[in-house]
Amino acid sequence: MSLLLPLFIPFVAAVLCLAWWKDRRVQGWLSVVGLAAMFASALKLLFTVRAEGIQVVNAGGWDAPFGIVLAADLLSAIMLCVTALIGFTVTLYSIPAVDVKRESYGYYPLLNMLIFGVSGAFLAGDIFNLYVWFEIMLMSSFVLLALGGEKRQLEGAIMYVTINFLSSAIFLAGVGILYSLTGTLNFADLALRLGSVPETGLVTLVSMFFLVSFGIKAAIFPLFFWLPASYHTPPIAVSAIFSGLLTKVGVYALLRVFTLLFVQDIPYTSTVLMILAAITMIVGVLGAAAQWDFRRILSFSIVSQIGYMVVGIALFTPLAIAGTIFFLIHNMVVKTSLFLISGLVHHVKGSYKLRYIGGVYRDHFWLSLLFLVAALSLAGLPPFSGFWAKFILVKAGIEAGQFWLVLVVIASSLMTLYYLTKIWNEVFWTNEPEELDDPEPHTPGPGPLWLMVLPVGILVGITLAIGLNAEPIFDLAKETAEQLLGREEYINKVLGR
Amino acid sequence: MGLLLALITGILYSAAFYMMLRRSLVKLIIGLVLVGHASNMAIFTMGRLSKGNPPFIAEGAEVVTEPYADPVPQALILTAIVIGFGIQAFAIVLIKRVYQETRSDDLDKLQTTDDGLVRIVKAKRKKS
Repeated sequence: MSLLLPLFIPFVAAVLCLAWWKDRRVQGWLSVVGLAAMFASALKLLFTVRAEGIQVVNAGGWDAPFGIVLAADLLSAIMLCVTALIGFTVTLYSIPAVDVKRESYGYYPLLNMLIFGVSGAFLAGDIFNLYVWFEIMLMSSFVLLALGGEKRQLEGAIMYVTINFLSSAIFLAGVGILYSLTGTLNFADLALRLGSVPETGLVTLVSMFFLVSFGIKAAIFPLFFWLPASYHTPPIAVSAIFSGLLTKVGVYALLRVFTLLFVQDIPYTSTVLMILAAITMIVGVLGAAAQWDFRRILSFSIVSQIGYMVVGIALFTPLAIAGTIFFLIHNMVVKTSLFLISGLVHHVKGSYKLRYIGGVYRDHFWLSLLFLVAALSLAGLPPFSGFWAKFILVKAGIEAGQFWLVLVVIASSLMTLYYLTKIWNEVFWTNEPEELDDPEPHTPGPGPLWLMVLPVGILVGITLAIGLNAEPIFDLAKETAEQLLGREEYINKVLGR
Repeated sequence: MGLLLALITGILYSAAFYMMLRRSLVKLIIGLVLVGHASNMAIFTMGRLSKGNPPFIAEGAEVVTEPYADPVPQALILTAIVIGFGIQAFAIVLIKRVYQETRSDDLDKLQTTDDGLVRIVKAKRKKS
């Protein structure tokens, strides 16, 4: 039962928000309370799963593999916790930051529906169900992206909608082939039957369908161009929650299908993933280095960070998978906090363009401090959380003998430091440029500044806490990786054997 | 029958991609609609076609006897059609709004999302 709570709470919150359609303050605080409750229930789920093993709910009492199954293993539970945390902080930030027009046209219900869809995707135990949850998540994200109707937003939304619809169509075609090969859609049942499918070539082919589909959602190398073109267009709170959650759902789906389903031809899939991961890291980092807009730098940086997560999936050792999970936790927190910081800078200085702003260090010391911690963590300097995440991946790479990949990881880390230094120099250290008018109008949010800083403070504090106390998180990640690679527990629990 | 359906699926896919690669927004939407249909047809065709064999359990038997038409792919398609319909409806409203904002149907003209560089060059010139 504890499995269903993190799913129900955002849904109920969305419905209640609709009931209070006229009163946007009630909607905002209701969402904050709801997401705090979701975080608590997700933590409880994590403890339950850790103590008692994988939790399974058969919807409607139909046993797997015939009914719809919701299953929570450690990976799902961890992702739910981080999702609730991101949702909570971003909603808290939204209350003072998002303008009245957006709030009165259903911003909070959409936010809750988005989180509902994301949590559903993490709990789905059935590949078609995963598709449906994806669509719930995407539909909310489409509207959130276009909400407000600015020209830039609408253009970004066109690309975003097109590419995601295409990705869903590829996903569906993959599901169709998978069903015709095995006659089932349940993850656990699929995992069993795929092993005995005679046409292993065909199975690998299907795995590439899913790689392309989830690769589009996660924004890995040849499929990422939509991300830097659309993520910077909506208000910063929306960009932050997209950057924290949506691409990571793609990574989660990759992690799920490539550890549970497609393990027949690991040398082939691993090679493909490894090459893609390496190019993703490099291209993302180079793209970020070339940009002069705070949000666009961060958007490209999402792409390069996705590369690191794919490295772990590609290496396919327990340590590497643990590295991916650690990196996911670290990156969701840090990337969201960086986006929110760019929003704070915009709030106090009135622009996202590096050339138009400066002097934040002198005027707002605390803000620079928050950025510094988050940025150094992203770059992977000790003792912050990013260091441990990258350290685990590098160690796994060396143990697996993939030295070139390790070299790419380290090189792109250095480049990460470069573009973050660029932001630091241009935004925080230089003097404010005289009389440069940014063509984009600056509309500061209505609320108090301390309420905008509080969620960023929480996120940065968590990064710091993970960095200084990495051992328990690493143990958890290692346990999760072992659970993912030892597939029997999942299969047996879901099929009730 | 299977061959015919496979051919139709292939034609739908190629028509969809052709339409999506055009510059017009309206053709982009037509492409999206077609690619949804193509995927549905692919699932239908791959779901082991069987004619005149309803999936009913015969009297006295415990399970259905082969061959029977599998209803699951059709259930999947039904769900996918509904979801696809919702997204297409949203996409059509979206292009209407885009047209109202930009007065253009040409995808190549929609470049406000990556104009950063041009403005930076201008700003630099102003600074020096």
